[in-house]
Amino acid sequence: MSLWEYANPVKFMRLSGAVLPWVSVAAAVTLVVGLIWGFSTPEDYKQGSTVKIMFLHVPAAMMAINIWVMMLVASLIWIIRRHHVSALAAKAAAPVGAVMTVIALVTGAIWGQPMWGTWWEWDPRLTSFLILFLFYLGYIALWSAVENPDNAADLTGVLCLVGSVFALLSRYAVNFWNQGLHQGATISVAPGDRISSAYSYPLYMCMLAFFLLFLALLLVRTRTEIRRRRTAALIAREVRP
Amino acid sequence: MTALLSVTDLAVARGGRRAVEGVSFELHPAQALILRGPNGIGKTTLLRCVAGLQPPVEGRIDAAPDTVAYAAHADGLKGALTVAENLRFWSSTFAGPGIDAALETMNLRDLADRPAALLSAGQKRRLGLARLLVTGRPLWVLDEPTVSLDAASVALFAEAVRAHLGAGGAALMATHIDLGLPEASILDLTPFRADPTRATRGAPAGFDEAFA
Amino acid sequence: MKALLIRDLQLATRAGGGFGLGLAFFLIVCTLVPFGVGPQGGTLARIAPGILWVGALLACLLSLDRIFALDWEDGSLDLLATAPVPLEGAVLVKAAAHWITTGLPLVLAAPLFGLLLHLPDAAQPWLVLSLAIGTPALSMLGAFGAALTVGLRRGGLLLSLLVLPLYVPTLIFGAEAVRLGAAGGDPATPLVFLAAITLAVLAAIPFAASAALRVNLR
Repeated sequence: MSLWEYANPVKFMRLSGAVLPWVSVAAAVTLVVGLIWGFSTPEDYKQGSTVKIMFLHVPAAMMAINIWVMMLVASLIWIIRRHHVSALAAKAAAPVGAVMTVIALVTGAIWGQPMWGTWWEWDPRLTSFLILFLFYLGYIALWSAVENPDNAADLTGVLCLVGSVFALLSRYAVNFWNQGLHQGATISVAPGDRISSAYSYPLYMCMLAFFLLFLALLLVRTRTEIRRRRTAALIAREVRP
Repeated sequence: MTALLSVTDLAVARGGRRAVEGVSFELHPAQALILRGPNGIGKTTLLRCVAGLQPPVEGRIDAAPDTVAYAAHADGLKGALTVAENLRFWSSTFAGPGIDAALETMNLRDLADRPAALLSAGQKRRLGLARLLVTGRPLWVLDEPTVSLDAASVALFAEAVRAHLGAGGAALMATHIDLGLPEASILDLTPFRADPTRATRGAPAGFDEAFA
Repeated sequence: MKALLIRDLQLATRAGGGFGLGLAFFLIVCTLVPFGVGPQGGTLARIAPGILWVGALLACLLSLDRIFALDWEDGSLDLLATAPVPLEGAVLVKAAAHWITTGLPLVLAAPLFGLLLHLPDAAQPWLVLSLAIGTPALSMLGAFGAALTVGLRRGGLLLSLLVLPLYVPTLIFGAEAVRLGAAGGDPATPLVFLAAITLAVLAAIPFAASAALRVNLR
């Protein structure tokens, strides 16, 4: 039995229904543990207590990008293999991704105010996130504007493909445009890590928590979308044209 | 003689729902087929599938490439261009014959230099049908071709179809009125109406069927 | 394809075609900006590259929905899709017609608007060059947005939301080239990037746009 079997709505509903409670509990536990652990870390010698917003900012920013990538993969699966669940999963993920982007931007502003002395700076990373947010908005708006769900899935899929290329392009164009204030990557596999392990372990925990949170929200939202479609189908059966 | 168009066990969907299914017919040169059926049965959708604008849900549509000339409710005319300019554009886009014969056949010679915006509804319709002639394509797929035509123009149109059939062409039409084409066969789509309650077999027509 | 280009140009230049509206809009933007930021030549000269590029971009946006919407309404798009012309080619030609009727006039008139905004003389050639290189990408990306929204009742606003983020890289490199030119630098790097984006867009986007059109036609 192949992985593609789970693209069948019935099988997906059965599996996701069984997994959902566990994922939700795991997300709640890791989130609580990760945040408490994170907020009880010692204060940074340079940034003081403000550094602790990192435990929200970094995982949210990471998920904002990862969710777009997930939408890209799901759109490709829909376009190539026509699995309806895949298209609905992309639709369900978009608002979560948009909220993650907003969280990253807002926490970034709150962090930036004491550190850089400004709420907003046209820094490449911040600007890229703003552009990513615009792409999320456009994607969500297109889904809600097209009435025929098959057409909506196709059109948003094409938009997601083109949008991904341009989001990436914008990232590098923005770098060219302004060199920026933002620190480099917080976590790096290269030798000479820039973050102390006192911070990194709770940070990994928070990242895992945000990932599980996204998974739980994605499952709930996809299940809702599937049920909505099923309701529409049942109504369509009752009313003979 | 080989068929210009052969439709096998066709099912089409409108708005993610099957409209008709199990439709089969063949159209040979010099044949005309008129589709009948109540509103909403899926005549337009079926014609759009044959024209290649929409994929069928099931079944096969076999036609040689670049044989179909499609004409629907909208005539594809630009009001700012004259009658002759409109026709010349479609003629060169389809690499079809010149426009003189078409103007003559649809009795548009006197209107050739008039902007299409100033034509009456019936005259526009005649221009839209003249467009079929300039495509030079053998298979006409016509959706309600006689809307807003007066009796004389309907006769003119029937004459054009007959000439087209005589030249080895074929026509597939959806219409409610009697065209005065006794040689055309008639296919009533009513018995082929899709059953929305039957269990889905084969590929779903769309989101709704996939989840039903 | 040539017939399609000629027809679109004819339609744009005849009564009701809207030819020149983009140019008038550009003029209005360039007139309004000094009212907003004050008449000091120094300030205007500093922001002129950005204003000129943003103005060109918005002027281009104005007429985007006409690329396919009119042909969609009167059924021409159905007929074009069944014509022996590949739909990708038709999309490219229609984007080209849009560029000739809106982009090209902007390019030609840009030095005049540059004067209005005190753009330094050294930057003038770079303004014309960067607009000439960049605006074809604006028209092509706009055609993609228009193809996505062609069947929608309130597509206009959505079209802007979809298309403007796609314009970001073009805007950045285009305005950067003019800014570097104004500062006496060498704008070759941003111009090369700009040209790369335009060429890639012209090569790839017709496929995406025609895919979207086919979806909207069915």
